[in-house]
Formats: sequence, structure tokens, C-alpha cells
Amino acid sequence: YAGTCGLGGTALPEEIAAWDSDVSPDGTGLPAGSGDVLVGEEVFAEKCAACHGDFAEGVDNWPKLAGGHGTLDHDDPLKTVGSYWPYLSTTWDYVNRSMPFGAAQTLEPDEVYAIVAYILYSNDLVDDDFVLSNETFSEVTLPNADGFIVDDRLQSEKHFWTSEPCMQDCKESVEITMRARVLDVTPQEESAAAVPVV
Amino acid sequence: MSDKAKTFAPSRRQFLAGAAAGATAAAASAAQAAGPDPLITEVQDWASGLGDGVDATPYGLPIQFEQDVVRRNVEWLTADTISSINFTPIHALDGTITPQGCAFERHHSGAIELTKQDYRLMINGLVDTPLVFSYADLERFPRENRVYFCECAANSGMEWAGAQLNGAQFTHGMIHNMEYSGVSLRTLLEEAGLAAAGDFKDKWVYVEGADASSNGRSIPLEKALDDVLVAFKANGEALRKEHGYPVRLVVPGWEGNMWIKWLRRIEVMDGPVESREETSKYTDTLENGVARKWTWEMDAKSVVTSPSPQAPITHGSGPLVITGLAWSGRGSRTGVDVSIDGGKSWSEARLGAPGVDKALTRFYLDINWDGSEMLLQSRARDSSGYVQPSKSELREVRGLNSIYHNNAIQTWWVKADGEAENVEVS
Repeated sequence: YAGTCGLGGTALPEEIAAWDSDVSPDGTGLPAGSGDVLVGEEVFAEKCAACHGDFAEGVDNWPKLAGGHGTLDHDDPLKTVGSYWPYLSTTWDYVNRSMPFGAAQTLEPDEVYAIVAYILYSNDLVDDDFVLSNETFSEVTLPNADGFIVDDRLQSEKHFWTSEPCMQDCKESVEITMRARVLDVTPQEESAAAVPVV
Repeated sequence: MSDKAKTFAPSRRQFLAGAAAGATAAAASAAQAAGPDPLITEVQDWASGLGDGVDATPYGLPIQFEQDVVRRNVEWLTADTISSINFTPIHALDGTITPQGCAFERHHSGAIELTKQDYRLMINGLVDTPLVFSYADLERFPRENRVYFCECAANSGMEWAGAQLNGAQFTHGMIHNMEYSGVSLRTLLEEAGLAAAGDFKDKWVYVEGADASSNGRSIPLEKALDDVLVAFKANGEALRKEHGYPVRLVVPGWEGNMWIKWLRRIEVMDGPVESREETSKYTDTLENGVARKWTWEMDAKSVVTSPSPQAPITHGSGPLVITGLAWSGRGSRTGVDVSIDGGKSWSEARLGAPGVDKALTRFYLDINWDGSEMLLQSRARDSSGYVQPSKSELREVRGLNSIYHNNAIQTWWVKADGEAENVEVS
């Protein structure tokens, strides 16, 4: 088939505005608005704290949004907005589009600014009088902004492209070093599967 | 006599000696030893009475005896069951096509219900004319059919630190393999016109779903124009609700998170959005605390599906079919080696059918099991020369905290009684 099919209608500006809300790292896509830490604390307490905790520290298994600074090279790193996320744009974008969980897209832009300001405060990244707006947005650089590298498997794992793998006498001995049964965390199944078929 | 039978070279004596070793197997052969089999010598109900009419089952489910071949979830993995995962029962399947009804699910805000009438797909950004398509529009574009695997980036992720979950379903079941029908993304982008995009090399598309999570991801325009599909049928029928009905993205060879379900918008952009799903999640933390981003390809991987912890050997020694799945996101046809001694020695397995690019391949190794313990492993190769690494080889490069992209060789310890366990070996 050559050329276009002439299918579909032109997307109207209102339609694009309704659906295209993504925000890029440089702030492109942010609407005008602002919110400060104190308002953020109130909004967060009302709409977020039930799962994420009063101080964004997380309740039960729900995600922790604050803390974990300096743990990324530890055995069990705590990855939060403050310790791990590279860009503030992502926090704004994700909260705006997908939070609160179960009632997404119910926040006004100013509420999102305020919530994000409070998350920054909870991570000790701004003072309690900080006002986040589309204009102050670029003043904030998250601690782990330089913590990411583009997939380097083709270089760092080059040795896995070993076209001639060992087929015989590859090692002298084999020992079992770890067993899943010791942990015993697998859901138990109905026993139907174990009935032998003659 | 077939070649296969010659390979086994089983004698009647070996069969009986092997069978006596296990209680279940002994019971099985006792039925044969007791004389004429009543299942044969007596007329059974089904050979005399009537079965169901053709109007009994307009759309059928598997027979009740297969009710254990179902998706399973692991409660402790996630905070709730809405943003969560379940697992394909790969231990019980054969061939390569995954039945849609038991193909794994991964949602971030649940499986939504979206009718074809309500469905809209927008293309905007750096295009000549931003467009909105209805579902009916999509069905009028030239169509393609392709088989691909969709593997969650987190498949086997719980196994980074050690042997945890006891079954191939749980360790390797965040995967399915379907035949998709749909429109190439290139066709839709060209319909909107790409002159406005200028040089394609540094351009991206941002794709998002209609659900609350949106699951937005950035994909280089080059990949989008290569082999990405906008699919509306899988395995011959409409997508299941939980797999993105009525339209999903198919991103061959790349991590499952990018296969946007309930696809609603595609934006051509100057750069990546660096969305939540490509910064906070789906980035792979290395030992020094630095994380890889944009680890899109799923590397060559394989697993023995039977015998395995959920599929023990119940027939005693003698002929044994070792079977499993192999795949590679790097596009190449896959060869597979199997070891029964924990990697000391390897035999090349037989592929069930020629390997298909970026799709599951079934492999078999037919052996004559002597009833002794085995440490079963499989090792996939792809034609780029990549050989599936051991877990320790992967850990040497990445440490223990990557979460995603664990494609290490799996070991099952098959014991003399036929039971199997997930283990790690030196």
C-alpha cells in the first residue's frame, strides 16, 4: 500500500490539551501554577498520607516517597524521590496523572505543585517556606540526577557473547549453595497436579 | 522403530526396575501387572452414553481436570492486587503459544474495561497533522500478523538474591507468547505525517494507556518505525480485557512494561519524557549505586519447564522428556543446551520447531533417566553469539539489586523420588 489511507480525524486543540499532559525533564508541559510546603502538607495529609504516611515515609508495603539517602550502593537500597529519582518533572507528571491511587486525575495543578513541594520538604531538599511553581521548578535539582547511565550491556557484558560455550568437562564439582525450600515462601498449590496418570 | 525409540533403548527389564524405585510408579505398573485392564475390558459410560451437545458451551473453558493450569499470584510481592503481577503456568504448557486465558497479567491500576465504541487513539506532537482514530478506523489499515513473546522486565527478579520461589511458574512465568494481528505503528505515524519530525535519529515517541496509571514510556522513533505493532487481536481473537482490550502496543524483543495496554496516545517528541516507568521503575541499579536506564532488550533466556518443582517426575525411571522454553529479544533464532549435572557437561537440545525471531522456542531433550539425582539446567544461545550467563556471571557485572533483567541460567535439583526444587549451585 502506498501513501496514506485518509483515515482518522484531525485532533482538536482541546482534545490534545486534555490528554497530552506529560512533563519533560526541562519542565516542558508544566501548566502555570504554584503551591508551597505548608499547603502541600495539608493536601498530602488529606489525600496521600493514608498510604504514604504523614511524612511520606510509607505505610506498610505502600511506597516510601522520602528517605533512603545514600543507600543506593547498600544491600537493600531504599529508592525514593529524594534518594533515587533523577528529575522533578517525573514527580509532578506522575502525581498529576496517576495519583491518588484509585482517584487519579482529580488534583488541580496548584494542588500538585503543593504536594510536590511537600515531597521535596520531606526529603530535606527545600525549607518549609519553599514555593514550587512553573517558574521556580528549574531551581530544583534532585540529588540523584546524575545517577543513571544509558544501557551499556553491549560493552560491560561483552563477554557473554562467547559464541563457543563449554560443552564438556566445564567444571570439576557442583555443590548446591541455596535452596528455595529453606525459605518456604511459595504459595501452596492444590494437590491435583501431583496425581500420577497411569 | 523410530529414531526416538532407538535413542532411549529402553528394555522391559529397565522399565520395571526403574518403576519399582518409586511408590507412585510402582502403583502405576501394578495396575498393568494385575491382568486385563478394566478400562479396556469393561464398557465405560462415555463409550455407551452421550456427551454434551454442541449448544452446551458457546465459549469453552479447559476441562475440569486441568483446573490447576491457571494464573497464580504471590501475595507478598506487592502491596495490593491492583498494581501487581500474576504468573503464567508455564510448567504445565507445551509448544509455544500461550492460551490467553492463563497468560500472565501485570497492571498498575487494574484491568480496565474499555469498549470499542469508547476507544480513541490520538497521535500528536511532531507530526504534520495530529489525528484521532476510532477503533473502526484501525481495522481499515493494512494488517500484519506476527508471533512475539512479552516478558515482564521483572521476570525472575525475585531470584536475584538467591533461590526463592519453588516453581517455574513463579520464577519464569511473567511471560506470554501470542500471535498478534494489527497495524504497524509506522503505518499510523505515516498517516499523521512525519515531515514535521525532521531527522528521525534523535526523535522519540511517548506512548501511554487509557488507564489511570497511564504507564507512559518513551521509545526511540527508530524502533517505533521498525517493528512495533498496534495490535487488536491475539491468538486469533480480540485481546482479553486484562491484556489491553481493545488495542495494545506490541514492542518485539523489548521489556513487557513498554507493551502499553489500552493504548490511547502516541506523541512524537524531541526527547524522552523520563516518565516514572523509566526512572523510578525499569531502571537497573548496579552494585556501585549507579543505575542503568533504557535497558529495553530482553536478553537470551531459557528455563526447563518439566521436570520442575510444580511438574515432578511421577513415572519412575526410564524414558523422560526434558522440555522447556527459550527466547531472545535480540531477534535471533535460538539454540539451547541442556545439562543434567549442574553445568559440568551439556547436550544440544532439539527444538520443537525452527526458532522464530523474538518469540518463544520450545526445546526437548529425551533421556533415559536412571533414577539418580540431577541438577537440570538449560542455556540459550542466539545467533548474535550471546550465550545465556550463569547467575554468578550476571552478579559479577551487576551485583544483587538490579531487580529487572535477570536472564540467568536456572537450576532444578531433581531428586531420586522425582521431586524437583529450585536451587543455586556453585
